[in-house]
Amino acid sequence: MIRFARIFFAKPATILVFAFFIAIVLIALAAPLLFVRGPLTIVGMPLLPPGAPGFLAGSDVLGRDMAGALAYGARISLLVGAASTIGAVGIGVLLGAVAGYYGGLVDELLMRVTEFFQIIPSFVLLMVLVAFLQPSLGSTVIGIALISWPQVARVVRGEFLSLKGREFVQAARTLGMRDSRIILTQILPNALPPILVVGSMMVGSAILTESALSFLGLGDPNLLSWGSMIGGARSAMWVAWWTSVLPGLAIMATVLSLNFIGDRLNDALNPRGQR
Amino acid sequence: MNRLHYIGKRLVMTALVTFTVILVSFFMIRLAPGDAATVMAGQAGFSDEAFMKTLRAEYGLDQPLPVQLWKYLGAVAQGDMGSSYVRRQPVLAVILERLPNTLLLDAFALVAAIAGGVWLGGIAARRPGSAGDGVVTTLSMLFYAIPQFWLGMMAVLVFAVWLNWLPPFGIETMGADNTGLARFGDVALHMILPGMTLALYYMASYARLTRVTMIEVAEQDFVKTARAKGISERQVARRHILRNALIPLVTYAGLQASILLGGSVLVENVFSWPGIGTLAYEAVTERDNPLLLGIFIVTSVLVSLFNLATDIAYSLVDPRVELG
Repeated sequence: MIRFARIFFAKPATILVFAFFIAIVLIALAAPLLFVRGPLTIVGMPLLPPGAPGFLAGSDVLGRDMAGALAYGARISLLVGAASTIGAVGIGVLLGAVAGYYGGLVDELLMRVTEFFQIIPSFVLLMVLVAFLQPSLGSTVIGIALISWPQVARVVRGEFLSLKGREFVQAARTLGMRDSRIILTQILPNALPPILVVGSMMVGSAILTESALSFLGLGDPNLLSWGSMIGGARSAMWVAWWTSVLPGLAIMATVLSLNFIGDRLNDALNPRGQR
Repeated sequence: MNRLHYIGKRLVMTALVTFTVILVSFFMIRLAPGDAATVMAGQAGFSDEAFMKTLRAEYGLDQPLPVQLWKYLGAVAQGDMGSSYVRRQPVLAVILERLPNTLLLDAFALVAAIAGGVWLGGIAARRPGSAGDGVVTTLSMLFYAIPQFWLGMMAVLVFAVWLNWLPPFGIETMGADNTGLARFGDVALHMILPGMTLALYYMASYARLTRVTMIEVAEQDFVKTARAKGISERQVARRHILRNALIPLVTYAGLQASILLGGSVLVENVFSWPGIGTLAYEAVTERDNPLLLGIFIVTSVLVSLFNLATDIAYSLVDPRVELG
């Protein structure tokens, strides 16, 4: 654990980035306390520039408080990022573990399915899924999880392939352990580090995908997210730069900090590491 | 395994992908609440039972599921993906009208991304850990975190709104009726912003990949041999290292095709580029399900064909590749 922390925080910027990310999480959690009226209430004149009295980040096309909308948007982004990653990791671990552990025909079949998902244009599939399930927070999460799991499955399968022949697994088998128990209690714990790394990188890309969906108007119509803020700002772009610039910066900063943390996690958990 | 066998195997995979995509599409239609008849009746503005019945019979919606699936498969195989509810035109015709614009934009972006990425990756690999390396690595990390559609909007803001250098929307000047070279120039000018927006992200990943493979190749024996022979450092980098580092890029381009197309959907919408991406958006907002599924099928087939092509190219370029 100490060794982990030492490598994780080896780069001086890590603490800064980590603190920044925690701040975003806190703002997201505290949004209902900081902005009691909610993000959708019209509270003033439209298109007030940032810094106008009472409008830290200006107001949008309809006269809603941008600062409040940004804080509430963080909730959606983080929620979708976390939930769809958990979903994707769940599916990926299950299928990857089965494919890697049993091998043979099952493996062949599951790998073809994985390949299928990697070949087809996944964003178009996502649009189809969300459009047919009807846009909502739930369909966004389900859709993103469904297009992201193959990456996890590949990593997990690789780990299981290399671990299943090891002595401790043979020992477990000799003891008469059932397959499901060997998979869950013997191999999976040893395969956790790479799963954590892939998962942490996935949160950022899930946030990007969510923003793209809601930019196209395929997000939950009752919620204001960073992506839908940018989508709604398209008509105001010529007169009010902040309506599109600020939510974009919010997405970028969040994803950047998440990717950075994922990168550090990779270094800390994988001492053999790449250069 | 010989090459023909390998290519055959890839062909089978491509066929399987196509079949699965059609299957998924078919069940998607059944998944949606209400069937085609309800949608059309809704658009017509009235819905008496007799009219719905005629519609269902006309579109074969009153038949058992397996029969419908069989008919659907047969129809799609012949290029008939139904008609667009809204446009009242065959889906395939609508798609084929827009497809060339998307292919043009994506091809431009792909070439720009590979050229720029190889160049930047080469700079970064020359001296790992140097300032140039740092800049390239940082930039690629940045581009991984920027939403592409937002990058496009920022490009419009800077180059069209503030600087007024480039046209922000469309594929050519409306009403200009340019022909020949003038039209070519006009389209090229309109392509710069969306094309570069699309290219930048992939340029970052190509730069990363080129950097890693070049550093790897540079440590191999034949490079040392070349150096020992007294070949200039420039020649070694270009003829020995870069050439061998390019091979993985071919496969990568295939893997990236599906992501490129997804990015293209977004970028087209930002720049009102009249391609498949804007068409997909229109299909979603108009609830034109046959059109949306048609786009899904056509783009999937295209991407898997492109994958097939890169796989074959890879097996031809690198004789060491183990086919399997």
